[in-house]
Amino acid sequence: MQNALHIAYLIPLLPLIGFLITGLGRNYLSKSTTGIIGSATVLASFALSVWVFMQVKGGNTFTADYFNFISVGNVTIPFAFKIDQLSSLFLLVVTGVSFIIHVYSTAYMHEENQAQFGRYFSFLNLFVFFMLILVLGANYIIMFIGWEGVGLCSYLLIGYWFKNKQYNKAADKAFIMNRIGDFAFLIALFWLISKINTVGYDETFAAAAAGKLSATDITVITLLLFIGATGKSAQIPLYTWLPDAMAGPTPVSALIHAATMVTAGIYMIARSNVLYSLSEISMNVVAITGLVTAILAATIALKQNDIKKVLAYSTVSQLGYMFLALGVGAYSAGVFHVMTHAFFKALLFLAAGSVIHAMSGEQDIRKMGGLSKKIKITYITFLIGTLAISGIPPLSGFFSKDEILLATFIKSPILYGVALFGALLTAFYMFRLLFITFFGSFRGTEEQQHHIHESPAAMTFPLIALAILSVVGGLVGIPEAISEGGNKIGAFLSPVITSEHPHHVASSTEFTLMTISTVLVIGAILLAWFMFKNYKAKEAVGLGKVLENKWYVDELYNTVFVKPTKALGVFLKNVVEKSGIDGVVNGVGRLVQYGGRQMRLLQGGQVGSYILLMVLSMVIIFVIQFFLRK
Amino acid sequence: MPINYYIFLSVALFAIGVVGVLTRRNAIIVFMCIELMLNAVNLLLVAFSKMHHLKAAALNTATNAGSDGQLFVFFIMVVAAAEVSVGLAIIVMMYRNIHSVDINFLNRLKH
Repeated sequence: MQNALHIAYLIPLLPLIGFLITGLGRNYLSKSTTGIIGSATVLASFALSVWVFMQVKGGNTFTADYFNFISVGNVTIPFAFKIDQLSSLFLLVVTGVSFIIHVYSTAYMHEENQAQFGRYFSFLNLFVFFMLILVLGANYIIMFIGWEGVGLCSYLLIGYWFKNKQYNKAADKAFIMNRIGDFAFLIALFWLISKINTVGYDETFAAAAAGKLSATDITVITLLLFIGATGKSAQIPLYTWLPDAMAGPTPVSALIHAATMVTAGIYMIARSNVLYSLSEISMNVVAITGLVTAILAATIALKQNDIKKVLAYSTVSQLGYMFLALGVGAYSAGVFHVMTHAFFKALLFLAAGSVIHAMSGEQDIRKMGGLSKKIKITYITFLIGTLAISGIPPLSGFFSKDEILLATFIKSPILYGVALFGALLTAFYMFRLLFITFFGSFRGTEEQQHHIHESPAAMTFPLIALAILSVVGGLVGIPEAISEGGNKIGAFLSPVITSEHPHHVASSTEFTLMTISTVLVIGAILLAWFMFKNYKAKEAVGLGKVLENKWYVDELYNTVFVKPTKALGVFLKNVVEKSGIDGVVNGVGRLVQYGGRQMRLLQGGQVGSYILLMVLSMVIIFVIQFFLRK
Repeated sequence: MPINYYIFLSVALFAIGVVGVLTRRNAIIVFMCIELMLNAVNLLLVAFSKMHHLKAAALNTATNAGSDGQLFVFFIMVVAAAEVSVGLAIIVMMYRNIHSVDINFLNRLKH
C-alpha cells in the first residue's frame, strides 16, 4: 500500500490553486471572497501540515517520488518531495505564519481597490506555494525552483505599489542581489552534477560520506551554496537589499522578509549539514560571516528612525545569529531560532503595521511617541515581541538565543563574547524602538493624533495569536541543564541533522552563562529606558551619523559596483553597440547598395556591350580551360 | 587536304563573325555575321566528319563513322533558317516602327 504521506503534494498545490483563483478572478471576485479564498487555501495547507507533522512525529518519514523531472544522459532528477523532521517543521512554521498573515492582510490591505487586492493575495499565495516547494523538495533542483520562485514573489511584492519609482528600485535591488547569490547556487549544483551525477539530498550525502567528493570539492560546493544563502538570507556582503525591501506592504515584510523566505538559506544549510560538517573552512566562514553580519546590522539598527527599517536590520542581525549557530555546528539551535524568530519577528512586523495603520501611514518613529495608552493591544503584543527578541526568560527568544550562545561558547569564548555583545545591542535597539514609539509625548501632527485608533479584529487577532506563540514557542527547546529531555526540538530533528555532535558542558557553566546574558540584557534595557523614555529628536553627529547612514555601505557599493557597471553599460551601448555591431550591420547594407549602384551601370541597354561582355567572358573561360587548368 | 586549312578557315570565319557582331550597328549586318559564325561551325563539323570517316574507312570500308557530324550540320541549317525567318521578320517590324535598323537605338530593355 502507498504511504499515506504521498498526498503531501496537496500542501503546495492548494496555495497554487488559491493563486490561480485570486489572480485570474481579481476583476470579478469581491474583496471578501478573495480574502477568504486566499486565507482558506493556506489554512487547508496548514491543517495538512499539522497532519503531516503528526505522521512524522510518529516516525513515518517518506520521500514521495512523483515523476521524472529531468532525465539527461546518466543524470536523472525526479520531482520528489522529502517529508522528514526538518521539512515538516518548516511546513508548520511556513503555513502557520502565512495563514496568520493572510488573515491580517485582509484588514491591512482593505483600502486597496478590488483588482489590486486580488493581485496582492495572488502573489501572497504564489509565495506560499514556492516556499513550500523549496521546503519540500527532495533534491537541490526542486529546492532551486522554490528558491527562484520565492525570489520572484519577493520582487513582485516589494514592488507592489509599482507607481512609486523608489519602490520599484528597491524591488530591482532585491532581485538583482538575489540573482548574484543564485548564480553561486547554480554553480554549486552544476559542480555536484558533474562530480556525482546527482543532486538528491540522500544520494549527495551518501556520496560525500563515501568519499566520492574530494575535500576541495566539498569546500567549494558548500561555500558556493553559502553565497547563495547570503543572497537569500541577507548576509554580508549581499544584505543591503533587505532593509530596502521594506518598501513592500508591512504584512509582506512580516511574511517574506522576516519569517519565511529569508530563512531559506538557513534551511538549505541545515539540510546540507552533512556536507558542511565535512568542511572546517566552510563552517568557519559561515560562523564568522553570520557573527559579523549580526553585529554590523545591530549597530545600524541603533540609529535608524524608520520603524520598519529598525526591524529589518534586526532581522538581518538575527539571521546572522542563525548562521553563527550553523557555523559552530549547532544546526538544530539555528533551526530552533528560525522558528522562534518567525513568531516574534512576524509579531513585531505586524504590530509595527498596526502602529503604521494607526498613524495613518507614518513610519518615522521621531513623529510617534506616547502610543501605549491609545493602542493597547498593539502595545502589549509589541512589548511581548520585544521581550522575546531581547531574550528575556522564559519567552521564546531566550531559549533559542541561549542555545546559540552556549554552542558558540563551547566553540570559542571569543566568538561568544562578540555574540553576547550583539545580543545586548539587540535588546538596546529594540527597547529604544519601543520607548520612542510608545512612551514619552506625542510628536506627530494634530490630525494624526485625532486619527489614532486600535486596529480591527482581523489585525489584532493575528497579533495575539503570534504573541502567544512568541511566549510559549521556546518551550519546545528548554536547555538540558534546566530540564532533562527538555530540548524536544533537538531530539526531534536529530534524524535529519546527523552530523551534530551533542555538546556537553557542566550545568553550572550553562547556568552562569544564562545568568550573565540575562543580567546584561536587563542592564541594556534599563540603559535604553533612561536614554529614550523622553525622547527628543535631534541631529545625529559623529559615529551616530555613520550608523544612521548604515556605515555608508550602500554608497560604497554604489561607487564600487553600481557606477562602474553602469559606466560599462554606457560604454557597451555607445561604443560597442553603436559603432561596432551597428557599424558592421549597416556597413554590409551600405556595401550591397554601393555595389548595386555600380553594377547597374553595366546594364546600359547597349546590345553591343552585352555581346562584348559575353565574348570576353567566353575568352576568359577558354583561357582558364586550356591554359590555367592543371 | 590537311585538316589544318579547314580549321584556320573556320576560325577566321568565326572571328570575322564575332568582330562583325561586336562592331557593326546595322541589325542586318549583325544578323549576317551571326550566320557567318554558324556556318563557320558547320564547316568545321563537316571537315572533322570527313576526316573521321577517312580514318575509319581505311580499316573497314563498310563503316559509316563520322556521319553524325554531318547530321548535326543539317540540324543547324534548319535552325538557322528558322531563326533567319523570325529574325528578319523582327527587323522588318523594327524598321516599320522606328524607321531604323540601328541596334544602338534598341536600348529600351534597360528601363
